[in-house]
Amino acid sequence: MNGKVITVTSGKGGVGKTTVTANIATALAMLGKKVVAIDADIGLRNLDVVMGLENRIVYDLVDVIEGRCRLRQAMIKDKRQPDLYLIPAAQTRDKMAVSPSDMILVCDELRQEMDYIIIDSPAGIERGFRNAVAPSDEVVIVTNPEVSAVRDADRIIGLLEAEEKGPGRLIINRLKPEMVARGDMLSIDDVLDILAVELIGVIPEDESILISSNRGTPVAMSGLNGSSASQAFRNVAQRLQGETVPFVDLTPKTGLLNRLNNWFSKS
Amino acid sequence: MNWFERLLGKQEKSGATAKQRLQMVLIHDRADVSPGLLEQIKDDIIEVIAKRLEINPDNVVVNLDNTAQESRLVAEIPLLQQNGRRRATVQ
Ligand SMILES: Nc1ncnc2c1ncn2[C@@H]1O[C@H](COP(=O)(O)OP(=O)(O)O)[C@@H](O)[C@H]1O
Ligand SMILES: [Mg+2]
Repeated sequence: MNGKVITVTSGKGGVGKTTVTANIATALAMLGKKVVAIDADIGLRNLDVVMGLENRIVYDLVDVIEGRCRLRQAMIKDKRQPDLYLIPAAQTRDKMAVSPSDMILVCDELRQEMDYIIIDSPAGIERGFRNAVAPSDEVVIVTNPEVSAVRDADRIIGLLEAEEKGPGRLIINRLKPEMVARGDMLSIDDVLDILAVELIGVIPEDESILISSNRGTPVAMSGLNGSSASQAFRNVAQRLQGETVPFVDLTPKTGLLNRLNNWFSKS
Repeated sequence: MNWFERLLGKQEKSGATAKQRLQMVLIHDRADVSPGLLEQIKDDIIEVIAKRLEINPDNVVVNLDNTAQESRLVAEIPLLQQNGRRRATVQ
């Protein structure tokens, strides 16, 4: 087998990298793929709690790299899916405990057995970012429709191009369609206009993401009351597989005055 | 802004402001030229030009311009009008 390594990154913190990693890993596993998610945020372990696997950690990524266990021993199996695993980050070490070549070695071994290796990157553009990106075949950049997040995404796209890992594909997370409709949020087109990269997903702002994190069950799996974010994540997984999936229409139903406004501002 | 809001004299929508601000800041980020550096370059240009030609420093504009392929520095230096004929723009 020759698995594909996908790195999820953003530059800015708090935009949803960990949420995206947990959900696309889960959604790909739900499509019957063999998937391992790696938490590369050394010292700030989080993917385990978002995936609900925190109680089963024995070994972590740094244990593997420093030879205290075999790779298999650090892979926690998610029992809710046929083939989904997590390699947690070390909690009491820092990013310097891992090097880009360590990550390449670990991923090369995982490629033998897995279809997908999804890496959750830490915030920033330093060592942790380079660790996460070094083994990647494809990069998913997460941003929010917000000035600071888009600016950082632009910087990341530049760095990816410099490392010949680019350009990557974009996920716009936490979009609020009502705010876009009233002109108080950057629209999908605004962001694409500025960043000029391919879009692979739009995830709406959705309470069910927090509820799912509370429970440790990624929303792609729980599908809370037909949550729109759940569907959006499953669409991303299909696009990663190379399928063409239309983007869900997120525009809110408009009233007469809105339609009039739109009509006049277009002309 | 739409027709209705312009009629009411409303402020521009924050989404549009966000986009404009992003475009400006990315022009500087991508070229790695800070607004401060641009100011210094402008002062240098004024100094060089003013040795030879009459200009009003307040009217000199130096901007960065970005396309997907290249960044360019665009300077606009209106010469002081002398009998209405000698006006030029250097780019
Ligand atoms: N689409 C969304 N809707 C609502 N909340 C979200 C969404 N995406 C992320 N969040 C919340 O935002 C916070 C930061 O997300 P996280 O995935 O930890 O970001 P990062 O890993 O980039 O720091 C979390 O509390 C998460 O639940
Ligand atoms: Mg995170």
